Amino acid sequence: MRTEIRVGVLAGAVLLSGTAEAQTEIQWWHSMSGQHNEKINQIATGFNAGQKDYKVVPVFKGSYPESMTAAIAAFRAGSPPHIVQVFEVGTATMMAAKGAIKPVQQLMKEAGEPFDRKNYLAAVAGYYTDGKGDMLSMPFNSSTAVFYVNKNAFKKAGLDPNRAPKTWKEFAVIAGKLKGAGQSCVYTTGWPSWVHIENFSAWHNLPIGTRENGMAGMDTRFQVDSPQHVKHVAMLADFSKQGLFTYSGRRQEGEDRFISGECAMMTSSSSAIGKIRKGAKFDFSVNFLPYHDDIKGAPQNSIIGGATLWVMSGKKPQEYKGVAKFFSYLSRSDIQMDWHISTGYVPITNAAFEMTEKTGYYSKEPGADIAIRQLNYKAPTANSKGLRFGNFLQGREVFEEEMEAVFQGKKDAKVAMEDAARRGNDSLRKFEAANR
Amino acid sequence: MGKRVVFRSAWLPYALLAPQIAVTLVFFFWPAAQALWYSFQLQDAFGLQTRFVGLENFAALFGDSHYLDSFKVTAVFSVSVAASGIAISLLLAVMADRVVRGALAYKTLLIWPYAVAPAIAGVLWAFLFAPSIGIITYALRSEGILWNWVLNDEQAMLLVVIAATWKQISYNFLFFLAGLQSIPRSLIEAAAIDGAGPARRFWTVVFPLLSPTTFFLLVVNIVYAFFDTFGVIDSTTQGGPAGATQILVYKVYYDGVKAADLGGSSAQSAVLMLIVIALTVVQFRFVERKVQY
Repeated sequence: MRTEIRVGVLAGAVLLSGTAEAQTEIQWWHSMSGQHNEKINQIATGFNAGQKDYKVVPVFKGSYPESMTAAIAAFRAGSPPHIVQVFEVGTATMMAAKGAIKPVQQLMKEAGEPFDRKNYLAAVAGYYTDGKGDMLSMPFNSSTAVFYVNKNAFKKAGLDPNRAPKTWKEFAVIAGKLKGAGQSCVYTTGWPSWVHIENFSAWHNLPIGTRENGMAGMDTRFQVDSPQHVKHVAMLADFSKQGLFTYSGRRQEGEDRFISGECAMMTSSSSAIGKIRKGAKFDFSVNFLPYHDDIKGAPQNSIIGGATLWVMSGKKPQEYKGVAKFFSYLSRSDIQMDWHISTGYVPITNAAFEMTEKTGYYSKEPGADIAIRQLNYKAPTANSKGLRFGNFLQGREVFEEEMEAVFQGKKDAKVAMEDAARRGNDSLRKFEAANR
Repeated sequence: MGKRVVFRSAWLPYALLAPQIAVTLVFFFWPAAQALWYSFQLQDAFGLQTRFVGLENFAALFGDSHYLDSFKVTAVFSVSVAASGIAISLLLAVMADRVVRGALAYKTLLIWPYAVAPAIAGVLWAFLFAPSIGIITYALRSEGILWNWVLNDEQAMLLVVIAATWKQISYNFLFFLAGLQSIPRSLIEAAAIDGAGPARRFWTVVFPLLSPTTFFLLVVNIVYAFFDTFGVIDSTTQGGPAGATQILVYKVYYDGVKAADLGGSSAQSAVLMLIVIALTVVQFRFVERKVQY
């Protein structure tokens, strides 16, 4: 019995290695865990089964920063993967590394694969396009910040569950009522900097930094100390003091508190929707982010988070051909629709969005289209098409540290946001100097 | 007494030492030298452009008030971790040494946590102490204590100290237990016959005889707290709230590994290296005098 199995395994291994030799292998490093990881494997299997020349091998490399660091280390050691998934904060670093990456637009052209930037959602494509209009990386998983409401908690507090607050003024009134009804945690947020600095700025058509949020040049400076930013952070601190806002941490910790029913309202990534659907024992709604109606031009449109696929340099033309074919497969409407529906990430092409709409999915699952509608709310401006700040992992950390100091009551919002801009600028200058 | 073993050959001792020296050179001295060299450089993430910038990285560090704050945080953290780690494990070792029945089970359970990776220890404690859903938080709340380390400095520090200490207790325990077992019974019995109670016996006989072990553990624990604890921080507080648990080694890890700022990170690790060298020298020159071998 034992030996039989062993012989079987051996034979299988020989067969596998036999087929692998004839194929060109494409390494794909990514950071998708859990359900998303399964979906990635499914996509790769689908592509591999559809043709014989190439074999895409997805490898989970840990969190976003870990995958990026692994790819950088592999590049320095001379053996980078073909494709690496890099999160949006790493964009400036990847773009600056001219000799390390292969621009996607060039890749597709050289491989003779059809590719038109206009097919991709403007809010997504714009984020990853250089000054010349060339798309540098392949959009993959994009989400945006949205506003979740626990309808049962609204009902319990005698509020209309179908009327989520649209402005922060309405929000304050409703939050007060929820608290009055005994809600222990009224509102919390995931990703504080991404939601309350980055998306707040875009949604109100305010710059996060000069030079079109860094997209026009590396000599950008942060402008998060504007009166509007200060006012917003001060408002959150005030809510916190009144018990209307509960700070949960820098990552997605808040999502669990919303799902458990502890918090009645939450702002976080639209990609949390799958998790909420699965875990929440109450009705919920997905809504646009609240806005300040005294800021002119608001609401504008929100910006994306998530990641794109970057192609590393120094590979053989044959391998690049396989990568290009795989990217074409990935952009196919049916693949994108499936990815969108099962993960909650937005579809990256307009065609996939229309296809999903036609299936009637959005009327069946209200709220699933909020992210994409919010991203497309108005044509993106220089303030709302995205951001490109070097060393932004450090920049975000600085923003979060300073916001925490305000929520703790240790610092005045104005002082904190001025410190945030100043300290953030230091890391921007360092990036500029390192990438001259 | 016994015969001394002398190598007659000139090269044999070196040959026997060579593997160890090679490992030390490749895995310790080489990276340390590289870090020193990087600390004078400014380079992009991919190493495509490298420039020598002299002491610029260091100047930037010491011009940052938040970096200076993290010295204080590191001092509090390291002293707490080393002191409580040593004290608790000494207590446990003394207790376990006395246990007559089921001693093996106690010892095994106490040694167990050492096999747990720092990051996992961090996650474990972060779960127990999670601001809203943690079991301990729940218990504390029923006692009327508001537990919210995401915004409370002292609680955040307490959390990372507990997680980091717990991880190290097993290691300390093992050494203390071995130390205790090597103390001759006759000495303790003699003290008992002279009328010394358990506490007096411990402080005048056992503790001085344990001093080599304690000293060794002091050095090891300080080094652990300085270098090995970034995993615990990363999986719990990430240095927050507002830098209250931002210890030096976590910033080295964050800037170097996550934010790909190699120059800045290397400069910080050079500073850290200097501190630990200085501390070790101080320990050997001043504390070791009190050790009785």
